[in-house]
Amino acid sequence: MEGVFAQTLASGLLIGFVYALIAVGLTMIFGVMDIVNFAHGEYLMLAMYFSFWAFALLGLDPLFSLAPIVVIMFGIGILTYYVLIRPIISAPMLSQIFVTFGLLILLRGIAQFLWKVDYRMIPETILSGNFSLAGIYIGIPQIVSALGAIVCNTVILLFLKKTRLGMALEAVAEDKEAARLMGINSDRMFALAWGIGIATVGVAGVLLSSFYYVFPEVGGNFCLIAFVVVALGGFGSVVGAFIAGIIVGLVEVLSGFLIDPSLKFLFVLALYLGVVLIRPQGLMGIK
Amino acid sequence: MGHFYEEGNLNGATENLNGTGLPTMSDFLVVNNVTKRFGGLTANQNISFSIDRGQIIGLIGPNGAGKSTLFNCISCYYNANGGSILYKGRDIARENPESVCRMGIGRTFQIVRVFKEMTVLENIMIGAFLKNTALKAAEAKAREVAELFGLTGKLDVVSSSLTIAEQKRLEVARAYATEPELLLLDEAMAGLNIQEVREAIGLVLKLRASGLTLILVEHVMEGIMPIADKVVVLDYGEKIAEGLPNEVINNDRVIQAYFGEKYNAKRRKSAA
Amino acid sequence: MKKGYLALGLFLIALVVYPLYFTDPFPQHTMIMILLYATMGIGWNIIGGYTGQVSFGNAAFFGVGAYATAVLLTNYGLSPWIGMVIGCGFSVLVAVVVGYPCFRLQGHYFAIATIAVGEIALVIFTNWQYVGGAVGIYLPIRQESFWNFQFHTSKISYYYIILSMFVFGLAVCHAVERSRLGYYLRAIKDDPDGARSLGINVQKYKLYAFMLSAILTSICGTFYAMYVLYIHPSNTFDLMLSINLCILVLIGGLGKLFGPVIGAFLFIPLTELTRVHLGSEGQGVDMIIFALIIILLATLRPQGLWGIFTKRAT
Repeated sequence: MEGVFAQTLASGLLIGFVYALIAVGLTMIFGVMDIVNFAHGEYLMLAMYFSFWAFALLGLDPLFSLAPIVVIMFGIGILTYYVLIRPIISAPMLSQIFVTFGLLILLRGIAQFLWKVDYRMIPETILSGNFSLAGIYIGIPQIVSALGAIVCNTVILLFLKKTRLGMALEAVAEDKEAARLMGINSDRMFALAWGIGIATVGVAGVLLSSFYYVFPEVGGNFCLIAFVVVALGGFGSVVGAFIAGIIVGLVEVLSGFLIDPSLKFLFVLALYLGVVLIRPQGLMGIK
Repeated sequence: MGHFYEEGNLNGATENLNGTGLPTMSDFLVVNNVTKRFGGLTANQNISFSIDRGQIIGLIGPNGAGKSTLFNCISCYYNANGGSILYKGRDIARENPESVCRMGIGRTFQIVRVFKEMTVLENIMIGAFLKNTALKAAEAKAREVAELFGLTGKLDVVSSSLTIAEQKRLEVARAYATEPELLLLDEAMAGLNIQEVREAIGLVLKLRASGLTLILVEHVMEGIMPIADKVVVLDYGEKIAEGLPNEVINNDRVIQAYFGEKYNAKRRKSAA
Repeated sequence: MKKGYLALGLFLIALVVYPLYFTDPFPQHTMIMILLYATMGIGWNIIGGYTGQVSFGNAAFFGVGAYATAVLLTNYGLSPWIGMVIGCGFSVLVAVVVGYPCFRLQGHYFAIATIAVGEIALVIFTNWQYVGGAVGIYLPIRQESFWNFQFHTSKISYYYIILSMFVFGLAVCHAVERSRLGYYLRAIKDDPDGARSLGINVQKYKLYAFMLSAILTSICGTFYAMYVLYIHPSNTFDLMLSINLCILVLIGGLGKLFGPVIGAFLFIPLTELTRVHLGSEGQGVDMIIFALIIILLATLRPQGLWGIFTKRAT
């Protein structure tokens, strides 16, 4: 019994790191320009497909396709900003919701059209198999993903806190007008936020593709979980997203273990409602 | 009742009397030691004053003095942390904006807000609906109010197409349609040219003549000083003066607040 | 004005005679689906279009209506018409319980909350054995009659029932438009804080709108249960249904009486077309088209396609 419990905890922790990674991009974009990207999960799906096709058509293991895909996703993020988001930066919230909602439908439709609805899976990656530690069996892809997520989150955090560009980004997130007065071009910062945000979720996508099914609707549930993480961590807080991701991962597996596996998702969603109704600013939120 | 809005007409405008014909109610509104804090910042500190029914009160002070905060406390967009606000004898400090409106307090906002997607008529109707629940009645009332405010020609114009001065007038008309007894106008004359200020003055006076009590937050001195029965001056969250306009203008502390110590010292020196 | 009423009259007459002319089941079914979605769209429009509160969880009302009807018929033998009323009651309850705390939330937080509620409902009904769990409920076949809400020989009676519901929905929305409620809802959408300064209890009116939305969606759930006679969580508490309602009102015209109607008349045929004619090749094409329309309208013309055909004095 103890072994199963530890097993559960471990898997929750590992997936939690990935949840954190997915949420980081979402919270960054919101923090910098107050826009909720309802299409966030679809970018995850895109990256997963890129990774799959890199494997299926080019024989590239996700380990090697990671870097080029991240670059592509960064570019897609910037493109999305300039084409779709910039025109509606000052539009009413309703319009903003509908644009990213439309983006969600668009990306999913494109995926269904190009790649059909079948479930795909990368059969075997370089880093695969199981790993045993003190009686706990963990899939190696899951560990690699968790490690990758931790590394990526740390890089982003360091970028935001230690580099000039990162601090400029945080400045814009905190007070756009003041930042402008200090010579920071908020337009470029917004584009950068989108680029980094989408690139981040791209990393998560490639990591996930090593052990998760790939299909057009895969982004949906992950996006919803990302919303929970962002709300719990505090809209706009990267550190908050990191901590909250782990919490959400643990809540998911523990509620499945202690109560009922088929109700896991319910508790995660209930967590969202609980947070926004009781403590809307989340754990570390400033907004 | 006649038209409120007549371009450039100030006949009988400068009398500071309660000409409403209603019995004077002392202490129509009593602001009693009102304090409002935001975290570490005290925006209003122990503000007290009272006004009578039918008066026009000016609320002035340098930027950041806490005037709009006080307005928000009276109209209950904020709830004061301390003190009480007695409106017609009842403490409203802990109420919410919609119930306070139903009790008879109307307001406009510092940055003009009208319903941008709706026409002038529809905007006023929203106000009229408070006391006129049926569509026909609300529409009729709104047309009446529009006439009084000189907006009849623009009834079907979407409000976002109006000039700022017209939008401000619409905002007042809309609040007027709720049939208030006390009207709070927040910087209603900001950005108006001299002609428009004169028209606004006429409007305010006619509103008072129809039975309203008014408090105006203003920076446009030539708009408020000629018509106020009493002026309350705020600075750094505190009330520093209260009295007739010409008393307040010559008040040491008031001059200091607006122009600084150096100027005040110079002025006193040259006056001596 | 007169032209509008004439057009409306012709439209309704056309709808009434439609099944007499198109006697095959397929075109009748298609029109039934259009009217069904249009009615639910009208329901969504009241809360999403007029009041500006985007809900991605209206399928919950559909499911509650469907399940209430199914359970009451299967377990207690109650007529589906009674089930419809009770279903509405439950749906209104859900609307109040969800709306009361959640309408405090800002726009996008509310939207996400509605997704959460819808998905929670899905999980609950999938795991609730009393209502059949993941398998759902097969409704008992009864003798064909209006009271039993079942017709086995032709779809024409179903058609006229859904047509009546559709007209009912239009009437409700029209009444709302020309009432204090309707004006207040538009004010709330435009500027909720400004609305409060005019004495409007924003919370209360949002709840009213949500309750109306619940009722119109719930009766459609009841209809659907009696039309397909087999319901399960995935065909009732479907997130895609909630999303599709949003899509069809967006393309047809937010906050306009006939927006959902135009939207449904575009949405259903287009999805059918791509599914039937393009088959697996065309998968997703309809979504792409809708998405482009939505994005274009959201960035350029928020009034929808309806707004393009009607002019407003500016």
